[in-house]
Amino acid sequence: MTTERMLTMANQIADFFRSFPHEEAVAGVAQHVRQFWDPRMRRKLLEHLDAGGEGFDPLVREAAARLRQPA
Amino acid sequence: MGLIKELDTGTPIRVADRRVSLTIDGVAVSVPEGTSVMAAAASMGTQIPKLCATDMLEPFGSCRLCLVEIEGRRGTPASCTTPVEPGMKVHTQTPRLARLRRGVMELYISDHPLDCLTCPANGDCELQDMAGVVGLRDVRYGYAGANHFEAETDASNPYFSFDPTKCIVCSRCVRACEEVQGTFALTIEGRGFGSAVSPGGTDFLGSECVSCGACVQACPTSTLIEKSVIEAGQPEHSVVTTCAYCGVGCAFKAEMQGESVVRMVPFKGGKANEGHSCVKGRFAWGYATHKDRIVKPMIRDRITDPWREVSWEEAIGRAAGEFRRIQAQYGRDAVGGITSSRCTNEETFLVQKLVRAGFGTNNVDTCARVCHSPTGYGLKQTFGTSAGTQDFRSVDHSDVVLVIGANPTDGHPVFASRLKKRLRAGARLIVADPRRIDLVKTPHVRADHHLQLLPGSNVALINALAHVVVTEGLVDEAFVRERCDLQHFEVWARFIAEERNSPEATQAITGVPAEEVRAAARLYATGGAAAIYYGLGVTEHSQGSTMVMGMANLAMVTGNIGRDGVGVNPLRGQNNVQGSCDMGSFPHEFSGYRHVSDDATRDMFEALWGRELSAEPGLRIPNMLDEAVDGAFKGLYIQGEDIAQSDPNTQHVVAGLMAMECVVIQDIFLNETAKYAHVFLPGSSFLEKDGTFTNAERRISRVRKVMAPLAGMADWEVTMALSEALGYPMAYTHPSEIMDEIARLTPTFAGVSYARLDELGSVQWPCNDAAPEGTPIMHVDRFVRGKGQFMITEFVPTQERTGPRFPLILTTGRILTQYNVGAQTRRTANLVWHDEDVLEIHPFDAESRGVRDGDLVSLTSRSGEISLRALLTDRMQPGVVYTTFHHAVTGANVVTTDYSDWATNCPEYKVTAVEVRRTNHLSSWQERHRVEEEELTRVDRGAEAAE
Repeated sequence: MTTERMLTMANQIADFFRSFPHEEAVAGVAQHVRQFWDPRMRRKLLEHLDAGGEGFDPLVREAAARLRQPA
Repeated sequence: MGLIKELDTGTPIRVADRRVSLTIDGVAVSVPEGTSVMAAAASMGTQIPKLCATDMLEPFGSCRLCLVEIEGRRGTPASCTTPVEPGMKVHTQTPRLARLRRGVMELYISDHPLDCLTCPANGDCELQDMAGVVGLRDVRYGYAGANHFEAETDASNPYFSFDPTKCIVCSRCVRACEEVQGTFALTIEGRGFGSAVSPGGTDFLGSECVSCGACVQACPTSTLIEKSVIEAGQPEHSVVTTCAYCGVGCAFKAEMQGESVVRMVPFKGGKANEGHSCVKGRFAWGYATHKDRIVKPMIRDRITDPWREVSWEEAIGRAAGEFRRIQAQYGRDAVGGITSSRCTNEETFLVQKLVRAGFGTNNVDTCARVCHSPTGYGLKQTFGTSAGTQDFRSVDHSDVVLVIGANPTDGHPVFASRLKKRLRAGARLIVADPRRIDLVKTPHVRADHHLQLLPGSNVALINALAHVVVTEGLVDEAFVRERCDLQHFEVWARFIAEERNSPEATQAITGVPAEEVRAAARLYATGGAAAIYYGLGVTEHSQGSTMVMGMANLAMVTGNIGRDGVGVNPLRGQNNVQGSCDMGSFPHEFSGYRHVSDDATRDMFEALWGRELSAEPGLRIPNMLDEAVDGAFKGLYIQGEDIAQSDPNTQHVVAGLMAMECVVIQDIFLNETAKYAHVFLPGSSFLEKDGTFTNAERRISRVRKVMAPLAGMADWEVTMALSEALGYPMAYTHPSEIMDEIARLTPTFAGVSYARLDELGSVQWPCNDAAPEGTPIMHVDRFVRGKGQFMITEFVPTQERTGPRFPLILTTGRILTQYNVGAQTRRTANLVWHDEDVLEIHPFDAESRGVRDGDLVSLTSRSGEISLRALLTDRMQPGVVYTTFHHAVTGANVVTTDYSDWATNCPEYKVTAVEVRRTNHLSSWQERHRVEEEELTRVDRGAEAAE
């Protein structure tokens, strides 16, 4: 999966949750990625974040921190 | 085993609270009020002679054969048109009646060819039967008078013929077309002796006839008869099974001679179709024995090599060896599988079991990914389970029907007939669709509102409808208070009431006038029982899941959930989309929609399957292809799907397939995907195996084997063989044992078994101790998730944008006579109606591009280019064009993009920015496809020929 596609998918999830109350939105993005993304896709997301996370929606950045924690 | 003969009560059995008691031939009988004397007699086993009556149709009273005598009444009334009354004393057999009936039959037979021995209906002719019943021995009038013997047969329809010389003008065919099908293609032309059935002054093929077969089924003689019966003769036994086309799941009697199908006749006892059918299920079954069927396993080292026919052992061994090699070389998760919505529940369950337990990965997905995966996500979030809420019968109680992004007359024709019947009886209709689909204006049906929105603006429209409900005080407060999560409702209500969601604010996005939206919302909210029916025009968008939740919000806020006539109902595309999802085909869920990370569920599966299972979600189909292009995904087992034709952005799909080292295809034909495969395992059609399908109303129905698998093994047996070769043996001896395992592992299927299905005919899940006879309507007293959950549904425009280079929007769909990728229907006479995909374009858009009707045009998007013929039609709105994806040579999905639903990756087939221009050549992709059609499908049968 290209980084561009991964960014698109992650930011689309953020687009959906953006109108939710902030805490729900962050939790929603994290939970969605955890529930539906294969581990290698999640790994790619975190690696891109570690490399600066260019192009990530701020909500994704916040949610990603939770992805590092155990479920 | 003989022919199944269903009881024909002559007129429909009525449903009424009050019962009426009467006496027929001295026997007391009690029937629902409104029942005819004829049906009352039939209910006690007395068949009154009849010709113009049949219980699929309303009484007509024209043949005068069903006359009876009623004490205290003058004359001999027709029993079909006479309703029962309390205390009535009816006599069905008297000397006077016998004389009258014989006289009527004399008149009929005086103008009927006496060629019974060579007539194709010989042995299945009601006229012949009635002649026997009334004791006809002579025709006093002779046969030399005026007659219709010179009338010519109309054989224009590929599936049935019309021989007017045999017609008794009982009008059953005309009434079937009107009452059952709702097409009104037939009429009686002329007067008196000159009266004749006519398909509107033309031949059948050129008429409005949709070849549903209702007229053929209704005909009491051989006037309208299947050509397959003319050719083969009468069937000698029949088996009830389930159609393998759309998600309606019609029950059919496969009428057989030995192992050959003579005809498929819709089964009246089938609860999904109640005796009706469409052109596909009724007639387009010839593909099952088409010469293109692959019946020998094949392998090849490279896709450029010719296929080599081998034994089952060698093919299975090659597949298993390759998968094991790839896993050893690239890791356990470098392989996966795709289950099929065309296969049975049992087969689907086995494939996902093989992937999870045999491969040891959750990389399993299903074709629902590209159609209704947003339904699963959206309805689970809001209601708690991934399925439609109603049975089809429910629409008989609807007062308002909102059809969104579905084209039932083409995609789900048998349900459409039922819907149209309800609409003709007075229910109101709202259609939300970019195209003017047939339902908008069809005989005796006219939509109150056609919300002709722009593709990609669904969520803005559904929000606007909900905005009107909330801001105009139309909320069903009692329902919301009692049944829904109030905290989420309040948050949602504040969101939806914001001005940006108003019809006026969203008009610029949807293109639908605000007043029209307001009127439609008021009608939906206040018009009585309101039901939503929807299709892929909802789901195949970047906001597909959001839209499903938006519809659920609208239903909840108006209290339209949990009873007859209401609900949110996905019209599933393929026959077993619901079932394939139920069976745990998604990479994140086991059967019954339980997440793989749920320890208790996983423990249960591990205990029964004897393998440790992964707690992590696997790859979805598009993710598999992405990973393949990246070099991390190398092997794929595909049962009954053709992703190289059906999935979006064909060139990306092909790139993914070509990057893999082992692609195993299990199918009945050498499909498009097989061009990029290394092992081909011949599949079996629905006629060749036992199993079950689950239709759009959650109805589980039996599929019954009527002939041996042409390749020697049914699909479930092939999966078992592959699993065994992978070192994970399965030990089922019959699909019923697979269902027993499904029932043990899946709470909503706990009460399902083949014995139960045989007993009930079919059953809608959940079927368990709490609902031993199934669940026709869900969420009656409470939602599956407890309280219904309103979800915020912000409109987010798709990233696919029109502009100067690509100013038009392409949306794709299907038509009545073809099915999905066309692999089945293209191998039938249905090609008469649709032998190529065409581009529907509004005359304004065509004129501005110099395009005339029938011109070859180039259709170009950011993904690719194809050429196809233009069809100018004002059913399109300016700015929007439409095509189908039934023909591989067209390559419609060369043009569609990688954009997909945010939650599920369901592709955005419905919105592609394109440009159209005249051309005089095929596209480069199409030229290459022609070459590959030859080069990548060669089969080397040399060895066999030499032997």
